[in-house]
Amino acid sequence: MASLAPTFGRGAMTNSWNDIKNADVVLIMGGNAAEAHPCGFKWVTEAKANNGAKLVVVDPRFTRSAAVSDLYAPIRPGTDIAFLSGVMRYLMGNGKIHQEYVKAYTNASYIVKEGFKFEDGLFAGYDAARKSYVDRSTWDYEFDEQGMAKVDETLQNPRCAINLLKAHVERYTPEMVERICGTPREKFLKVCELIATTANGERSMTSLYALGWTQHTTGAQNIRSMAMIQLLLGNMGIPGGGVNALRGHSNVQGITDLALLSTSTPGYLVLPTEKETTFADYMKARAFKPIRPGQTSFWQNYGKFFVSQQKSLFGNAATKDNDWAYDYLPKFDTAYDVLKIIDMMAGGQMNGLFCQGLNVMMAGPNKTKIHRGLSKLKWLVVVDPLQTETARFWENHGEFNDADPKAIQTEVFQLPATAYAEDEGSYTNSSRVIQWHWKAVDGPGESRSDIEIIADLHGRLRALYKKDGGAFPDPIVNTSWAYAKPAHPEPVELLKELNGYALEDLPDPADPTKLMLKAGQLLPGFAVMRDDGKTSGGCWIYTGVYTEAGNMAMRRDASDPTGLGIHPNWGFSWPANRRILYNRASADPAGKAWSERKKYITWNGSRWVGGDVPDYAPTVAPDKSVGPFIMNQEGTARLFSRTAMPDGPFPEHYEPMDAYIANPLHPKVTTNPVARVFAADAKSFGTPDKFPIVATSYRLAEHFHYWTKNVHDNAVVQPEMFVEMGERLAKAKGIKNGDWVEVSSQRGMIKAKASVSKRFRPIMVDGKPCDVIGLPIHFGFVGLARKSYPLNTLTPPVGDASTNTPEYKAFLVDVKKTTPPASQPAVA
Amino acid sequence: MSQHIKPVSRYTTAARINHWVTAVSLILLALSGMALFHPSLYFLTYLFGGGQITRAIHPWIGVVLAISFLGLFLRFFTLNFWNRDDTVWMKNLGSVINNKEEGLPELGKYNAGQKLVFWGQSILILLLLGSGFVLWDTYFAAYTTIDQKRLSAVIHALCAIGAILIWIVHVYAAIWVKGTMSAMTRGSVSGGWAWKHHRKWFRQEVGKP
Amino acid sequence: MSVMQALDLRRRSASSVPPPPAGAKAAVPVAKLIDVSKCIGCKACQTACLEWNQLDQPIGYTDGTYNNPTDLTTASWTVMRYTEYEHGDDLEWLIRKDGCMHCDDPGCLKACPAPGAIVQYTNGIVDFISDNCIGCGYCVKGCPFNIPRISQVTSKAYKCTLCSDRVVVGQAPACAKACPTQAIYFGTKDDMIAHAGKRITDLKSRGYQNAGLYNPPGVNGTHVMYVLQHADKPSLYAGLPDNPHISPLVGIWKGVMKPLSLAAIAFAGAFGFMHYVTKGPNRVTEHDEEKAAEVAGSDRA
Repeated sequence: MASLAPTFGRGAMTNSWNDIKNADVVLIMGGNAAEAHPCGFKWVTEAKANNGAKLVVVDPRFTRSAAVSDLYAPIRPGTDIAFLSGVMRYLMGNGKIHQEYVKAYTNASYIVKEGFKFEDGLFAGYDAARKSYVDRSTWDYEFDEQGMAKVDETLQNPRCAINLLKAHVERYTPEMVERICGTPREKFLKVCELIATTANGERSMTSLYALGWTQHTTGAQNIRSMAMIQLLLGNMGIPGGGVNALRGHSNVQGITDLALLSTSTPGYLVLPTEKETTFADYMKARAFKPIRPGQTSFWQNYGKFFVSQQKSLFGNAATKDNDWAYDYLPKFDTAYDVLKIIDMMAGGQMNGLFCQGLNVMMAGPNKTKIHRGLSKLKWLVVVDPLQTETARFWENHGEFNDADPKAIQTEVFQLPATAYAEDEGSYTNSSRVIQWHWKAVDGPGESRSDIEIIADLHGRLRALYKKDGGAFPDPIVNTSWAYAKPAHPEPVELLKELNGYALEDLPDPADPTKLMLKAGQLLPGFAVMRDDGKTSGGCWIYTGVYTEAGNMAMRRDASDPTGLGIHPNWGFSWPANRRILYNRASADPAGKAWSERKKYITWNGSRWVGGDVPDYAPTVAPDKSVGPFIMNQEGTARLFSRTAMPDGPFPEHYEPMDAYIANPLHPKVTTNPVARVFAADAKSFGTPDKFPIVATSYRLAEHFHYWTKNVHDNAVVQPEMFVEMGERLAKAKGIKNGDWVEVSSQRGMIKAKASVSKRFRPIMVDGKPCDVIGLPIHFGFVGLARKSYPLNTLTPPVGDASTNTPEYKAFLVDVKKTTPPASQPAVA
Repeated sequence: MSQHIKPVSRYTTAARINHWVTAVSLILLALSGMALFHPSLYFLTYLFGGGQITRAIHPWIGVVLAISFLGLFLRFFTLNFWNRDDTVWMKNLGSVINNKEEGLPELGKYNAGQKLVFWGQSILILLLLGSGFVLWDTYFAAYTTIDQKRLSAVIHALCAIGAILIWIVHVYAAIWVKGTMSAMTRGSVSGGWAWKHHRKWFRQEVGKP
Repeated sequence: MSVMQALDLRRRSASSVPPPPAGAKAAVPVAKLIDVSKCIGCKACQTACLEWNQLDQPIGYTDGTYNNPTDLTTASWTVMRYTEYEHGDDLEWLIRKDGCMHCDDPGCLKACPAPGAIVQYTNGIVDFISDNCIGCGYCVKGCPFNIPRISQVTSKAYKCTLCSDRVVVGQAPACAKACPTQAIYFGTKDDMIAHAGKRITDLKSRGYQNAGLYNPPGVNGTHVMYVLQHADKPSLYAGLPDNPHISPLVGIWKGVMKPLSLAAIAFAGAFGFMHYVTKGPNRVTEHDEEKAAEVAGSDRA
């Protein structure tokens, strides 16, 4: 998400699941859709069966997706940027880009400031002491006196973004790609050729990725590389195109929308920093004025969304006079994400942890450090429908969790929560479709819904603050809590609250004598939101999901009038029920479809029409030259991302923190120079002399994270931890299928059964074979499946520069044959 | 009134019990086996309390038969070695069937026909036992392949039919040759029977001190 | 295993089926089509089968492959079988859903000695009726695909029912319903063959020159069929028989042997009876007794 927004304006899957069926080429890289998203993968099989689509899979191992692919290319874990940069070089060098699209809809022609440069692995402005690009002033365009970005429509200026990009990727020759990625040259070129067939508006390619791209220290830039390729090909905004993030939970998109990151508030608004002490300071940085003439720059409405959110949070306590309760908001000094929290726990800086919907013992990197951290807490609250390793971290489970309960003083409270079928509510799926789900059964025993638990907690805290006061009780005491039953807010009430209300009678802007909305009515869309306190809305992008016409998330009309997989009356797709984002780009600058095959939204002379909701002002004529990427100040999408990415405006290949080789491009800057490493973890990275094997982790189709090991039938079909390896490595180490092996990294050691497979072949890196092993993440010491060492015993505690996502997908290990754990039989 | 000697002892009590255990087992095996062999005889399973029980006890009866028959075998195998007289007897089988036994060599305890019954059943029961184990899925399913089981099923059925046919010959011979039954009921035969059918044996028996 | 069916029978083990009433409509043969080229091996079908049929498969161990459970059991009526097929530099991961093929000429039914323990409905589904099963395991020997499993607990045979209890009320089998990629289709056999034809055309266009339908004539076709990328070599797919047929041994055992054996026994009985009638019994004469007495006397003298 942290890479799509800097490129296109919004951080979400750009197209829809159903739309994948319109693709002509499906590229699965940085994910394994068949394995991890089998239900969504049906649309890939649809595209293959009914649209003649070709499926390309690029992955370190031959996956279940590869099993049904037309073309498979191997790649060393953590080298995706090199591969994708090679693709960009191929496309630009062979004239296989969609020229008109690139010129009109991207910032290709924008002139970048003098002073911006890339040398020896570093962009301009690097501060080695702070390990950060402190001065990013050159990462921007040249501006004229009116504050408009300078462009060269002829693309002749060498400082045009596209020319800088060309120069930047020139180093990624097929030979260099082969050296770094280990992808055989012919395979790489075959992939390039297939991708290039979609550079014409006649055909489209969809890109499906997941954690295989995000869980790297270069995660966000992996995705940005693909976003740039799709722009070069003209595949954004058209049916069967897009950059599609496949989310790992049924509702990860929902939690992302409602402030996944510790520095966000719902709807991708940003929490103030400690430097923004006043509302005026805060808004000054968020004016979002257009930087090209006549552009939409939709974030100009930021104030409306922010004030409506404050009204939703604090009701009457948020007034114009108190800057809409701006002071109630916490001002962050640094991001308090999971990695930071683990670091603070382990450093003894935290007393308590409230762990809701997270099994941090399994999900965080470096289990040893997490365990140390949890052991130092005074108290730990675990809210979960299931028994988790986190709740049981203090128990001794033999080799699998060798804890000493006597030495751990942490008091653990387990609050049983209901599971999804035991409560109603909404899900937001990967493609932003909000769908209601209904309760099937009551939860067992004393379980309560997460909402009830939070409501009860809030009620008690509020009573304490009212009674005892405190340093600053106002935000808690004044939180708006207008639910019929305060201890039991109904999910429907919450969805309405997110949608927002008119707080006063709102006149019709077209005819002030008429009322548009009466006070208390639900808002029909975010366009009517105001910054004068007359509207509320907890999450502006969700506005429209619950209107006076009812709960749109409950809609279940499967009809698809255009046959393009739009299904406009099924659920509600934010924003404004759009199924394909930036869909104005499906038409050429004159408003005509690029091709009949890919016709989606077109100009009919007076309006934009088509099966979907235009992602554009509906009556703005093409000759106004308003760009299709309405969220961006440019109106165009960004090949050059300005300052939005902390590790550079262009992607660059850096080795994983456990670096297998010195970076062939710039050996002095091997790894991401701005990757987030805590001081305490500086020594926790491995080197290939001690750990000569590359490991990657992944999910299995049979399991869902750490949950389904508690489910009998899932445990039946995949009962036990294993480590996959190739025949070459197994032979060298004397390992046979089913043998117990020890896998060790700089962080720790696990044991698992060997699965020796032809699907793992050594990858030729810099001319030498590199063995790769694979480790599924699911197994732990709690549940019905066989007990196992948690995999995160091995994984490195390092985060991506943009998102702090841990690097689970590429790390160094060693492998040797060993004896079974004490409590496990030698053979099945 | 002609002179009759006391009946000549032919089988000990133990041998007779051994025989009848074998006989009853064989009959039960034939009934249960035929019930599972031919659908038109499936009704025979009711004798045993239904198909499941029939299937379950058939192999156990087989074990009883095998052990029991082993007893008979050990008792009698030395008496069943083939000799030249048996060959002559076999050559004159037609006369025997026509109740004309004049001119045949004097016989020991068993004639060639009986010996053939003995060896025939010995071999068939061995084969039935072996193939039966292969088919006894409850305990031995894992030890053989399905193809081996298929072959065993055919062997088992063929051998069983063979054994039944021999059994028919055996039983009919006892009915046909009057005076035979008492050997297995009371353990003895009349002197005349012994003289007529097993003269050499008779001479040995009466020659004993 | 299955509930009482409102389905007409075409065959019934160890017994005969009365012909349908005159004018009765013949049921349309149904089939399940498993498109191996679309299968991603996710095992949703396996768990759907466990759930719908309420099967209690114990949790096992991994043996270092993706095959879990490692074989069909009395409680796992379908399992995925994974084969890594290397040819030259290329690799294919062939994933086949194994289970009852519902042969049109079912070897299990032919071998079954218990009347009504195995039935074939007029729509082609072969079903085990547990109430009648005696647990003899003959179906195992009759099956050309090694499918039925005998329970050590109930001494009954179990296998896929093709969800006959769902089909009878117009539902597709649970596995087909659960399959996320529509690798499992269900419908009339004719429709499935037609659909397979389209899939084969698509596969051929992608370079699988030997793509084809697995509907083996040796068992008169099956009501579970596969679309295979390499239909010329079915055995690549975890030993799918190249040319399955009911074993000739089973054919002899359950064919000619049955009447011939009864005839032989009847003949032996009849021969004995006729012999007795025509030749009469072999009696010991007075003369024999006298001779015996004489010999006994002289010898003992």
